[in-house]
Formats: sequence, structure tokens, C-alpha cells
Amino acid sequence: MNQVNRTQPQGATIAESPIIVEELTKSFGNFLAVDHVSFSVNHGEVFGWLGPNGAGKTTTIRMLLGLIKPTSGRASVLGYDPAQQTKTMQAHVGYMSQQFTLYNELTARENIQFYGRVYGLEREELGQRQIEILRMAGLEGRENVLTSQLSGGWKQRLALGCAIVHRPQILFLDEPTAGVDPISRRDFWGLIYSLTKKGVTVLVTTHYMDEAELCQRVGFISQGRLVAMDSPARLKETQMRGMVLEINTSDPDRALRILKTMQQRNRSQLQEVALYGAQIHAVVSDVREYKEVIRQNLLDENLEVNSIEWIAPTLEDVFISSVTAVES
Amino acid sequence: MLNSEIALSAEGLVKSFKAGSGWNTAVDHLSLQVHRGETYGLIGPDGAGKTTTTRLLLGLLSRTEGTSSILGFDSIRSPYEIRERTGYITQQFVLPADLTVMENMRFFARVQGVSNEQQKKVIPELLAFAGLANFSDRLAGQLSGGMKKKLALACSLIHAPKVILLDEPTLGVDPVSRREFWSLLGNLRAEQGVTIFVCTPYMDEAERCTHIGLIYQGKLIANDTPTRIKGQVAGELLELTPSRFVPAQELVTNLEGVLEVQTYGEKLHVFVDEAGRRIPQMVSALVGAGINHTGIRRIEVRMEEAFISLIRRQREMESEAAARDDSKEEK
Repeated sequence: MNQVNRTQPQGATIAESPIIVEELTKSFGNFLAVDHVSFSVNHGEVFGWLGPNGAGKTTTIRMLLGLIKPTSGRASVLGYDPAQQTKTMQAHVGYMSQQFTLYNELTARENIQFYGRVYGLEREELGQRQIEILRMAGLEGRENVLTSQLSGGWKQRLALGCAIVHRPQILFLDEPTAGVDPISRRDFWGLIYSLTKKGVTVLVTTHYMDEAELCQRVGFISQGRLVAMDSPARLKETQMRGMVLEINTSDPDRALRILKTMQQRNRSQLQEVALYGAQIHAVVSDVREYKEVIRQNLLDENLEVNSIEWIAPTLEDVFISSVTAVES
Repeated sequence: MLNSEIALSAEGLVKSFKAGSGWNTAVDHLSLQVHRGETYGLIGPDGAGKTTTTRLLLGLLSRTEGTSSILGFDSIRSPYEIRERTGYITQQFVLPADLTVMENMRFFARVQGVSNEQQKKVIPELLAFAGLANFSDRLAGQLSGGMKKKLALACSLIHAPKVILLDEPTLGVDPVSRREFWSLLGNLRAEQGVTIFVCTPYMDEAERCTHIGLIYQGKLIANDTPTRIKGQVAGELLELTPSRFVPAQELVTNLEGVLEVQTYGEKLHVFVDEAGRRIPQMVSALVGAGINHTGIRRIEVRMEEAFISLIRRQREMESEAAARDDSKEEK
């Protein structure tokens, strides 16, 4: 095991992407959890793997980690087949989940030591890694504090440190930032990108699209199928079915009721209407003239329309649009 | 009698818990007012004091100092009046899993003392509202995460409350269900004028509220409409992706006209006094230092950038105050 940690993965060639997935499929009985999915993640890239609950996100990751075998298709992680060469592959892969699998009754240092031993690090190397990780996580001076007494941001960085104690070349992060404060979250993403500069490849899942914006590329999975894959900026340009209108009126509550009635008559044109604080956002199919129809309807009801403007869709708008297209 | 337009109110509210040999102040002189029909978001990270504030308002916890009330009823002195008029969804709200959707509704109706006759009218309406009309015989334990949250909302509305308080109602829910849930809250506000008080750690949900309070370490560090809070941040915001991150961050921080630098993944967010003037200066400074960059552009300030900036300002003020105290002691 110690040997494995030090050597380069045997299966990989420089040119090959560290994660390659080809026609990967997993069925549980009649249920197709993952349905002929193909993608690859580049060396040193941060790739977001996004989808609603039950879409097949976690099943994909479990196959990549070698925890379950695919029904058909193939995956390659650092040149290894996760289903066949699980142990060898896992020595080069780090995994951090939402629950931060840390021992609360151990100190920060003891948690690092524990994970170091699990991964078979030798005493000398472990000592070295401990120093590096405590520094990276900003835990210097807190190394002997019980983990239970660390705040969310520290715990999260410690969990990341434990996940990379064996210097993995790929890091899987499953909803890693739930509940930590925005400053800690920014720090955490700073750490992620500093790891990629050292050649680590990262695959991350999240339910929060403002976090997905931080990825270089994202894939949307819905009902087991990959429905869109690109950079967040490109997805916003190419994948939105319809356009978003922001409407400012004298009475947003009444305006919403009027627009809901309009929507019942013409659901294909008015895909979505919702309150956003004092404004209303409406997702409208690609007919620019419809903006004037909406304005006129509101004016007819004696509402003042202060402004009605097309706004850029958010990544969440695009995600909902892509995913619901598959469902309907 | 208090102003009838005020749905929720807190004045100098303090809650301290004993922690070891000292005291831990979970809510620190917090004052806020929520008008009827507003959707107020209490936004802040885990441990900031959101849940404690909610429980103080509801009278489920005793306060250390200050006052609070709901619909003019004092939180501590009139808990029953408050309970009749409010709905509350706790963070770990657990529905009896072995009861069906319909049985859950009936159960909560009985707890709230809703008559059988009233139940026959209200329950179908609420199930339709929550999109659960076709699932009334399904066991609550077999609903998806998003549907469980909607059922919890329907149950909390069984007694037609004027005010509902929701503590992180979308925790762990996927984006599609999250959006559906917020759409329901929007309908409640628009159709019935229900006052909504919602705690959330997610900055993007702030945009869904008419007013928000940013809470950090028990203190309300901002309390206004989303637009005005974003307006509190000085300067214009630029985004760029440098080839060498750390040197670029150091360089940019020290440039003239740069007010604040935030990191954003592989990008830098730079607040400057005047974008038009500072962009060329920044470009030439980066080029001079041999740092490549792509995509330098002006972007809109979101709630997250505003929150980070306001927290930093708060921290600076506190450390300055601490320094002043130290120098006083030395004298």
C-alpha cells in the first residue's frame, strides 16, 4: 500500500483524460438509474456533476469509485477500471462527502493521523503531510482542538485535508459546502483551485447553482441521462428554452395573480411566473412580442408597470429549463 | 396595543447560553420589524443565531434581554395567542412516516383544534395548493424530499395562520423542488397576504424576499430590501481570471482605487471606485508583472458579494474597537 502511494498510476498515459465515462449504464431491476452516459474530465479541471434528487448523480459517482459495478458501458479512472482494479485505483482517489466523515472526539491532528494510517502512509511521510495539511486548512494553532469544537468552515477544510492526505490525483466532492458561511466557502473553493494547480482533477456535486458557477465545466443529469454539458457561461447562452423577463409593478402580489391567470390560458407561452421579492420573474417562450402582451394585460388591470425587461438567465434558470424539458 | 401593521417585532433581543464557565451570546441585541404581507428572510451561515431568533419570537425559548412579539402578542406572555395565529416549520420537521398524506393532515388539524367540518373544506384545498391532491393515500415516508417539504408546509397552514415561520425549509432539497417550494410561498403571499419569516443559509434565496436581515454571530449586520443591501457595498465590481492567482491577488489588492478583493474559485472579484478608469490601469499593472488574465469585465453585485463585504466590514470594526479597548487599558 505504501508503495502504491508513491508510484504513478500504471494504467494512465499522459494524454488520456483522468476520468472517462463511455455509455455507462446502471439498472436496478427495471429502473434505469444511469442511462448510457458519456463524458470525460480533463486533467486539473473542476467538473460539476449536477442533477435533481434521484437523477443518477450519486450512482454515477459510486460506479466511478468502484463501489458498484456498471450494468454496461465503461468507466476509466486514471486509466484503471474502477470495477476491476478498485483497490489500486482507490489509492489515488480522494472522496469527501457532505457529512464530513470526521471523528468529533478526536483532535484535528488525530483525524489527519487516522486517515493517514488508513491510507497506509509511513510515519515520516505522515508527519510531513500533517504539517502541510494543517497549514493548508489554516488550522495551525488549532491542531489539538477537538473536532467537535471547530466551526463549520474549519471542519470542512479539515475534512478536505483528510480526504487528500494520500495525495490523490482525483478528488470527488459530494455536496461539500452545505451550511458553511460564505467567507469559508470562498476559502474552500480557493483551496480546491490551488489543488488543481498541482494537477489534481476535481469532480463535485452540489444542489446550489451559485456554487456550480465556480466549476469550469458542468454536466446536467436528469432521469439517468446527460442532458447538457459545457461551461456555465456557454450553457446560459445555449441551453435556455425561453427568456427571462423581470417585471416591476406597483403591486407585485396582484400582478402575480394576473399573470397566473394568463399562464393558465397559455402555458406554452408563459412557462413560469414567480415572485422574486418585489419583482416578478416570468420565463417566456422565444417570442419577443409577448413582452408587450404582458405589459398591456397589467395596464388593463390598472397596474403601474415601472419596468419590464429581459434579464440574463441564471445557471439555476438554465438547469430547471434543461431538466424539466426531459421530464415533460 | 401595538401597530396592527407589524406582524413580527424584536427590540434589543438577547439570548445567552451558559457555555462552560462563561456565557455564549447566540442572539446579540437584535432588533427587527416585519410588516404584514412581507416575506422577510433571515439570512446567515450555520450557527449565526437564525434558529434561536425564530424560537425567541415564537416564545419557545426565554429571552435574556429585550422584547419580541408576533401580531402584537408578546412572545413570552401570550404563547397561546401566538400559536393560534402562526405556523412553524422547524429545520428537522419530521412527519409521521407511517401515516398517509391525508392522515398527516388530519393529525395536524386535530392538534390545532380544527373542526371536522372545517377540515373537509380546508384539507382538499391545501392538498391542491401543495400539488399533493393525487397523493393523499401515499405514506409520508414514501414521498420524495421535495414533496415532504410541501406536505410540511400544507400541515403548518391547516389552521389558516396569518404568519408562518420557516427554519431552513429547503435544506437538502434539489433545485427543482426548491423552486417549486418558493413558488408556493409566493402564491401564499400574493393570494392570501400571509406574512412569511424564513431562515436560510442560501444567499440566492434572499432575492426571493421583500426584506432581509443578514445575521452574523448573533448580530443583525444589515436589515433592508435586497436591492438596498446590495447598494450598501461601495464601488463597482470587476471579475477576472488571472494565470497566476496569488501574485495577481496581491498585486491587485495594492492598486490605487481598489476598495476590496474577494476570491471566487479561480477568479478574482475586485471592487473599484471607478471601473472605466481602473480597468486599463489594472490591465497594464498585470501585464507589467508578467501575469496573463482573461475575461476582465464588470459584473453585478449579488447578495453573496454584499454579505461577504459587510461581514468583513463588521470584523474590521470589531477589531478596531478591540484595539481601542486595549490602548485604553494600557493607559
